[in-house]
Amino acid sequence: MSERLGRLAVIATVAGVFSGLFGIGGGTVIVPLLILWLGYGEREATGTSLAAIAVIAALAAGAHALYGNVDPLAALLIGLPAVGGVLAGTALQQRIPERAVAGVFAALLVASAIVLVL
Amino acid sequence: MEAGDLLGLLAIGFAAGMLGGIVGVGGGVLLVPGLVIFLGESQLEAEGTSLLAMVAVAVVGATRQGGYGNLRLRDGLVVGILSPLGVGAGTVLANNLSERALELSFAALQLYLAYGLARRALRSANPPEPTNG
Repeated sequence: MSERLGRLAVIATVAGVFSGLFGIGGGTVIVPLLILWLGYGEREATGTSLAAIAVIAALAAGAHALYGNVDPLAALLIGLPAVGGVLAGTALQQRIPERAVAGVFAALLVASAIVLVL
Repeated sequence: MEAGDLLGLLAIGFAAGMLGGIVGVGGGVLLVPGLVIFLGESQLEAEGTSLLAMVAVAVVGATRQGGYGNLRLRDGLVVGILSPLGVGAGTVLANNLSERALELSFAALQLYLAYGLARRALRSANPPEPTNG
């Protein structure tokens, strides 16, 4: 196994551990680990993280659906504006400096850590 | 459903998508409480429902980032496909460690990653040499 693949496997495991335990999407760890550990640019890390999340969320949604915990109509109601939001967000992200993306992410991580500890 | 609830749902959905587009997370942190508050779903149902909405957000966001040249699809798919390894490992951890210990260790990891990102952001504000960043 190449070192690179090994690192991706570790990132996947860490993301899976915490999304499984706390229900938080793995994105909060995938993005910084891709940047700090695999040398990704900030924008590249967020785009690649979304691809990973698509798979993670699909697997998890499938598992929840088996237990009848998915409401497709509600998902559509909140999902449609969310898709609009992600189109706006990705467009906006192209116009701000990459270090601003890193700064926003660092603030988000600190906030999330505080919520977790309280 | 009242108009206020519908508006709230639309607003929090949009905000979750924006967050996903800007920082690359799924937005569950906003979608789940949104479904609980405005649709009265149970926590469990809100989690399942938000995951389905998140699939659409993540696919559209990743595709869009791909168009901007910001997607390494193979790496993303590898991380996604291997993530169930972590869910299994998490179950083992949950059975052997207290919830508090797990919360504190995740918080510590997040703070460490925040430190790394902040240091990098400050360094690239004053680059020692030209970079492509």
